[in-house]
Amino acid sequence: MTTQTSNNQALSHLDWLESEAIYILREVAGQCSNPVLLFSGGKDSLCILRLAEKAFRPGRFPFPLMHIDTGHNYQEVIDFRDQRAAELGERLIVRSVEDSMKRGTVVLKSADESRNKHQSVTLLEAIEEFGFDCCIGGARRDEEKARAKERIMSFRDEFGQWDPKNQRPELWNLYNARSHKGENIRAFPISNWTEMDVWQYIEREKLTLPSIYFAHQRDVVMRGGSIVPVNVPLVSGELANPVKAGEEIINMQVRFRTVGDISCTAPVPSDADSIEKIVLETATSTITERGATRLDDQTSDASMEQRKKEGYF
Amino acid sequence: MTTQNDTLHNDSLLRFMTCGSVDDGKSTLIGRLLFDSKTILADTLTQMSRTSEKRGLSAVDLSLLTDGLQAEREQGITIDVAYRYFSTGTRKYIIADAPGHEQYTRNMVTAASTANLAIILIDARRGVLTQTRRHSYLAHLVGIQHIVVAVNKMDLVNYDQASYDKICADYLAFAKEIGLAQARDIRFIPMSALAGDMLVDRLGNMNWYQGETLLEILEKAPAAHTETKEAFRFPVQFVCRPHASADADLHDYRGFMGRIESGEIAIGDAVTVLPNGYQSKVKAIHLGETELKTAKTEQSITLLLEDEIDTSRGDMIVKSSEVQEPVKQIDAYVCWLSETPLSLARTYVIRHTTRESKAKVAAIHYKVDVNTLEQQASSDLKMNDIARISFKLAQPLMVDSYSVNRATGAFIVIDESTNNTVGAGMIT
Repeated sequence: MTTQTSNNQALSHLDWLESEAIYILREVAGQCSNPVLLFSGGKDSLCILRLAEKAFRPGRFPFPLMHIDTGHNYQEVIDFRDQRAAELGERLIVRSVEDSMKRGTVVLKSADESRNKHQSVTLLEAIEEFGFDCCIGGARRDEEKARAKERIMSFRDEFGQWDPKNQRPELWNLYNARSHKGENIRAFPISNWTEMDVWQYIEREKLTLPSIYFAHQRDVVMRGGSIVPVNVPLVSGELANPVKAGEEIINMQVRFRTVGDISCTAPVPSDADSIEKIVLETATSTITERGATRLDDQTSDASMEQRKKEGYF
Repeated sequence: MTTQNDTLHNDSLLRFMTCGSVDDGKSTLIGRLLFDSKTILADTLTQMSRTSEKRGLSAVDLSLLTDGLQAEREQGITIDVAYRYFSTGTRKYIIADAPGHEQYTRNMVTAASTANLAIILIDARRGVLTQTRRHSYLAHLVGIQHIVVAVNKMDLVNYDQASYDKICADYLAFAKEIGLAQARDIRFIPMSALAGDMLVDRLGNMNWYQGETLLEILEKAPAAHTETKEAFRFPVQFVCRPHASADADLHDYRGFMGRIESGEIAIGDAVTVLPNGYQSKVKAIHLGETELKTAKTEQSITLLLEDEIDTSRGDMIVKSSEVQEPVKQIDAYVCWLSETPLSLARTYVIRHTTRESKAKVAAIHYKVDVNTLEQQASSDLKMNDIARISFKLAQPLMVDSYSVNRATGAFIVIDESTNNTVGAGMIT
């Protein structure tokens, strides 16, 4: 094979991924009439905010930010979400699963059922309310098997459903984000990133993160082989994940690898209290991000695929 | 403005694809690469071994790693392109894993469209088959520069060098016949994906082979755009005009945002904006808050020009010394992707870079049989067919030949009634 010519050096992998993500964000802006960026305060969506700055500044973002709040989120993350939106001077829309419960469109099977999957309902209601034709999200193909075949621009029908057998072929970087009224595109600018890429990018761009991503002391119990945070205070004043009879509370040093609904996000034991240490820990990790931390994916081999078909992000 | 401070190791990225059917051990090959590069983590492995046991297998089936969807698992086949990732510390890899069966020509074309290297798997017991010819033709058509012919399952032919040599000779003869050998870099490697021989490690079974292991080949393969000098092509994606901003300095700001599809640009370069042909010079190049003096292929940047020029999404900025003539008719190889056949009567939308035009078929010149590579006269085009077609365009497009520039030589065909992507085109 021929050797590389020095004046034509390839981009580093992080520069390449950044450039691709910026390109995807600009395609959404160029092709869609009313897009929205889903922003949770989590690390993946914080990367996307940084990418959006690089894509659109000195202009404003050509889309608002939106969070679907389950009401069971860590207070630190919610505070961080609000602070970050204010710093950027961009509009933040919050729609809550609890409002859907009040409307009767979300019915929990039991009070302690995970609200994570019910986000789909609230998301679809918000899409209809605002007439969004595209939702930008932080999903990555390396997260889960069902996502390995996900498109960068993923088509959802009027019911928000993802049909794996009826996705548009995606060739070169010619993304097709067209939709008819009522249909929706989900755009994933960091599809090709791995967890490691995300942490390296956070480190390089010196992004600040909610405190729960770093090692801290927390009351947990061991439940079904997972570390479960217990007695977590909610905005409502209630406690999420109350301790069950017979469980022993352990005060453990942990950090979160992903953040989401309290009922389904588990921390991992860690003493990584800086981004540098997290990058190191990620490089030597022996367990996948979702395997370690998502209690809702362990039900079956196909649980993510099932939820996606039902409109989950 | 800050300068870019890349504290990380400057490693590049390689996108490659694998071509072969389930029987060739393609999934095992990918599973093995991920496994040996320590990308498969403990919990995934546990889940795989549980599933392997459930199916009554004695060892962990590495191919389970790559068959993703429930529908596919039920049928035991892969029906869609899946993307996999691994990293070696010096390079990040994106694998496009395409199903190899004939009826999935469109998936192979899809996977090939973003790849710079293709691994073509051959079963050592079977040698060069019809599907090998099909995969090679498609890889060639879609412009993959580097072909690695992996003769797999060497363990099943007792690691016999003569069998390997014969397959290599057969392949080379065929590759010359279709012009592949002359135009592309072709490598051969014997391996056993199942045993993990010659992928990452040499197990000593094939000491007669002194060439590189698969991973060594991948580590050294040139990244896209690094091998030839290409013309500067900058399709405008989005125009930034923050005139309503409180910052008075921004009132006249007009930034042309996009990704450099090929070539390089520097401050002061004379540029032409197509299709209108306005001329100006580059005043500034921005990447986020960073001001650059030059920018190169695949960077997403913002260009500011010396003159106030009316430019919008779909225009293309090129160097004034490298202007291409906008055209209203194109001749291309088209792979049909949709279950609804091409209609000669209908008007389609062609998307080329960030630009769209209505288009009608002017002529179907011939269809290519992907198995025999014969040209056949045809008046229709069905899913998975490949044909040479001329289109008439309502709007001019700024194109290059696909063999010269994959970004400005490619287009997709969109059916406006469904908004589906129904065709993929490569301009001759």
